[in-house]
Order: sequence, then C-alpha cells, then structure tokens
Amino acid sequence: MKRANSTGNKSPDPERYLLRLFVTGTTPRSARAIRNIRAVCEDHLPDRYDLEVIDIYQHPEYVRTEQIIVTPTLVKQNPLPVRKLIGDLSDTARVLAGLDIVPRPLSTGTPETKHAA
Amino acid sequence: MPAGLPKCATGIHGLDEITLGGLPRGRPTLVCGGAGCGKTLLGMEFLVRGATQFGEPGVCLSFEETAEELASNVASLGFDLADLIKHKKLVVDHVLLDRSLIEETGEYDLEALFVRLGHAVDSIGAKRVLLDSVEALFAGLNNESVLRSELRRLFRWLKERNLTAVVTGERGQSTLSRHGLEEYISDCVILLDHQVTETVLTRRLRVVKYRGSTHGMNEYPFLIEHDGISVLPVTSMYLNHLACNDRVSTGVPALDTMFGGEGYFRGSSILVSGTAGTGKTSLTAHFVDAACARGEKCVFFSFEESADQIVRNMRSIGIDLGRWVEKGLLHFHAVRPTSFGLEMHLVKIHKIIEQVKPRIVVVDPVTGLLHAGTESETRSILLRLVDFLKEKQITALITTLTSGAIAMEQTEIDISSLVDAWLLLRDIESGGERNRGLYILKARGVAHSNQIREFLLTDHGVELREVYLGETGLLTGSGRVNQEAKDASAVILALQEIEKKQHLLQRKRMMLDAQIAALQLDLETDEQESQQLIAQEKLKIVKWERDRGDMAKSRFADKIPAQHVKGAPVRGGRR
Repeated sequence: MKRANSTGNKSPDPERYLLRLFVTGTTPRSARAIRNIRAVCEDHLPDRYDLEVIDIYQHPEYVRTEQIIVTPTLVKQNPLPVRKLIGDLSDTARVLAGLDIVPRPLSTGTPETKHAA
Repeated sequence: MPAGLPKCATGIHGLDEITLGGLPRGRPTLVCGGAGCGKTLLGMEFLVRGATQFGEPGVCLSFEETAEELASNVASLGFDLADLIKHKKLVVDHVLLDRSLIEETGEYDLEALFVRLGHAVDSIGAKRVLLDSVEALFAGLNNESVLRSELRRLFRWLKERNLTAVVTGERGQSTLSRHGLEEYISDCVILLDHQVTETVLTRRLRVVKYRGSTHGMNEYPFLIEHDGISVLPVTSMYLNHLACNDRVSTGVPALDTMFGGEGYFRGSSILVSGTAGTGKTSLTAHFVDAACARGEKCVFFSFEESADQIVRNMRSIGIDLGRWVEKGLLHFHAVRPTSFGLEMHLVKIHKIIEQVKPRIVVVDPVTGLLHAGTESETRSILLRLVDFLKEKQITALITTLTSGAIAMEQTEIDISSLVDAWLLLRDIESGGERNRGLYILKARGVAHSNQIREFLLTDHGVELREVYLGETGLLTGSGRVNQEAKDASAVILALQEIEKKQHLLQRKRMMLDAQIAALQLDLETDEQESQQLIAQEKLKIVKWERDRGDMAKSRFADKIPAQHVKGAPVRGGRR
C-alpha cells in the first residue's frame, strides 16, 4: 500500500515537504494517522508536499533503514532537519510544531503529557 | 519438569555448567547488572557461540551501540562479526532512538519493532535473539504504560516464535532492572555484578532464578578475557571424584621408596609445607622434571618467582626445566598474587588447565594467594581448586610456606585436611648448623615411611639421606658426617680385631695338631714294642713245651701231657 499524493517527482525545492508515513496495514490507528496527516497537509501545505504511505508489513526492509521503532511514524525528510513524528498524529498542535509549520511552543520541546494506551 | 526442560547451550565457559545445560530454550532470559559489568559481552558471546558452535543464527537488536561499535568491542574477544554477518549467521540491527528528533503526536505501539525483529529473524532463520538493552526504549519514549504492555507482548512474541532470547537490563536501585523487566521475564534471571575489595576487582555472576530447573545458587566469579567470558562453577556439590590406583614417581627415588616404593597416587593432591628455604620448589621441580620426562604435560603456577628465575635456580641443582618449556610440555604461569582477586586467580588457573590439559599441576606457593584475600576466602578457594584438580584427575603438588612462629604441623591456612599426602620439610638445627629434614606427615592409602630423612640439595638434585640416630640424639649435616666417620673407623677396628683372633685360633689349632701327631707316634712305638714282647713270650712257651716233651721222651714217661699251645697252666701264667 504505497500511495503518492500530488506530483511524484522529487524536486530539489528546499521548501517542498517530503513526508513518509509508516503504518501497519489497515488498523484503525493506521487509518486515523493517514486521515490526520492528509488533513494537516491539505490545510497547511497545499501543493507543496509529497506524502508516501508505507505499510511496513509489506515493506519490512524500510523499518531498519529508516530506523522505525513505533507505528505509526511520520518521517519528515524534507525540509531539513529530518524529524520523526510518532503516534496517530491526532495532536494537531504538535504535528504542526513537529513539521515546523508553526513555531514550537516555548515551554517544552517534548510534551510531558501521557497518552492512554 | 526439571528434567525435561529444553535448554539452549550458551557455549560460554562455565555458564552452561552452572545452569546445568544452558538457558531455557525458546524463552527470554534477563541479564541484568550495573554499567560495565559485561552484560552486552555475555549476550554477544551467546549469539556468536550459537552461530559458530551450535549452528543457531542470531539477531542482535542493539539499542545503545551501533553495529560498528559492537563489532569493534567484541573483536577484542576474537569474534569476527562482519564475517558472521556476511555468512548470514548474524544480524546486528542498531535501533536508534533519538528523543530530540521525535515528536509524540498521539497513540502508537511498537509494532514496527516487532516487524523489524521478525524480518531480521526470518532473513537468516535465527534461533537466538539479543535485546541490548531494551530499557533504552524508556528513555526514548514517554508513554510508559504503552511501553510496558508492548514489552510484555514482545516477550510473549519471542516465546511464540520459540526464540531463545537474552534481554539485558541496567540494574536498578532496589530492583534487578531499572524498569522492572524482571516482572515480564520470569523464566531465567542472571545477575552480573562487580565488586572492588581492597582495590581488586572481581566480577561475579549469579543465577537469581531459573524456573523449572535446578541451578548453581552461588555467586560465581567470572573473567572477561581475550577469548570470551569464563565463569567459574566453583563449588562442586558432591565428593565423587574417581580414585585412581596408578602411581606417579615423585622424581626423587628415595622419596618414592618412602611412599611405598611407587610415589604419589595419580590424581591426588600433595601438600609440601615448610619454612623458607627448605627446598619446596626444588622438590616440585624434581616432580615436574620426572613428569615431563615421561611426556606428561605440566603447568607450574608460581606466585613468587618468575619462570626464568625458577628455570635458572633449578639449573643450579642440576634440573633443566627450560628444555621442557621449549618442548611445550611445561607451562609456567607466574603472576603476582596481588595483581588481581583470589577468584580471578582461580578462574585463570581453571582456564589455563582447561587449555593445556595437564596431568601435573604445581602451585608454588599457595600461601602467596593469602595476600590476595582473607584466610577464609583462601581456604574456600583452595578447596575449590583441590576439588577441581581431583575432578580432572590431575596430580597436584601444592607448596605452602609456614612461618617459624607457628606450629610446624599446622599450615597457615589449614588445608591439610583437603590434601591426600603431606610432606613436611623442616630445619634441623644442631652443632651450629642448619640442615633440612623431610618426612611424610600423612599419605592417604599409602604404606609410607615414618622416618625423618635428611634432605640434601646437591648440584645433581635432591638427595635423601638417613639421619643419624645415636646416643647423642638426631644428627644431621656435618654432625652426621662426623658420626658416620667415627662409625666407619670403629668398624675397621672391629674387623682387625676379628682377624687377629682368627689368626690366634689358627695357630692354637696347629699346635694342638702337632701334639696329637707326636702322641700318636708314641702310641704306635709302644704298641710295636708290646707286640714284639708278646711274640717273644709266645716263642718262649712253645720252646719250653717242646723241651719238656723231649725230656719226657728221653725219660720214657708214659703219659705225655696234652699239648698246650697257649699258656698251659702247669706252672701258672707268667702274666
């Protein structure tokens, strides 16, 4: 399950977002993550993002090369720095901060709130 | 089901003995301990030995070190990870978890880790897994409750896939591992530890629990050396050494004679005790020399002198140990007692013995080890050593230095009850000189001499002499030589006396013989004379009777008297 949105060719445009979302099949959590990132991208990065969704069940080789430990994981490969966003991306504020779309809140770089399993 | 629990041999020296076969097969084992105590090395050795010795490929998920770091770390143990990886016997996957690059944005699970591990396992058909150290996840991820439930799932997953896993964990303040991994891994827990006592470091290993199996309960010292970890299963539980009836020569013929003519029992432990300079090392050198001459391998553990020094010194009494070293029959292992802890010494001794597989071992002197530990420790170490040597059927000569202050027949560490034979070397002071004496204090199962022998160190080795027991008491050295000279001259005198007496007797006999001959001659002359007289008389009688007959004829007597040849009683006999 590999989907590409928008234009397929990777332009060297430093402003263009290159995102990869690693999910596990069609679990509700995976589906939720895909839905969430799509919404964020459409809202904040219209026409300047490439999103690749990778099912690690089908492509386990990526897990090692991309250093994926938890799922879902969204890897922002461009613009630099590379950053990983883990979880189902339901915390939009953190997603935006993680993608450097909005400035990071001053208080903490890493949230202390705990999520229920 | 203690007998039936399948085990997975680690191949780690000593660990399989303690666990009676290895780690529980198809289950995770927790290895925990403080920083730098060898958790990762143990885990890696488990994988490498599995891949090289047992045909079981392994996967290492390393959360702390990169594959390169790991490879260079274990290269010092002689493990070539790159080669194993190339031959698909090993996968090393460095799991990088950089918190500063991670943003948590919602619910997640560790499914990716499962996929990652599963992929690695499937790619080489792995049977063994090392997770080092999974607790790093706690540092990288915030959601502890997710982590806990996922770890629980991970260990279950490992079991379902029948993977034998080693999971390392940092030791916590009051718990075995900082994040309580022992709650999830309950099959087998091994605790590593290192202690520094009096500046000497000792690493120890303890099997805290092993569900469904008996195991050694104690703390076992272990060593990280150039070829891996060695754990020392120190205390054997039973006394079931085989007793050998073979004998080995002591190397000193006179001493063999003292031991019933044959020497020590093979596989026995012999203690040689004595004060300084009584010739303990020389005695062991003889034993070693004789053993090497028979082609037996020997290991000489020296805690006082260097190998060169021993070889040189023994040359002075005519024993060339150097040639045996060159031939590879004799191995010296000289080390300062204080260089490391007692148990490390024991581990080293074990290791060398395992490698060399000698038939003869010399420990000279065992008292040197006292400096490395307390008395009770030394005693227990010696017990273990003697046990171990007996198990291996190795004949051991152990020397011990007794100080003059304490009773001779009490060794400093009281190991006499452990040994089978005990030779005591002592000084005998008399006549302004100091000489050496040797006697056998005990020899189990051997009809041994109860005599004290004088012990001489000559340029052709040790000699045993009978001591002189005379009216003046026990004499040794020049006193003995003196007395022996005196004795010798006395003997010569006595011999001369006997000769004289015999001479005298001879002469007497000759004189008597002469007398007898003269007397006999006398007798013979007498006899002859008497015979002549008798004959003359007889003739007279005959003549007389004839004369009488003639007379009667002439007178015409009518009666002629009956003829009497012999002494007719006519006129009565003349005699």
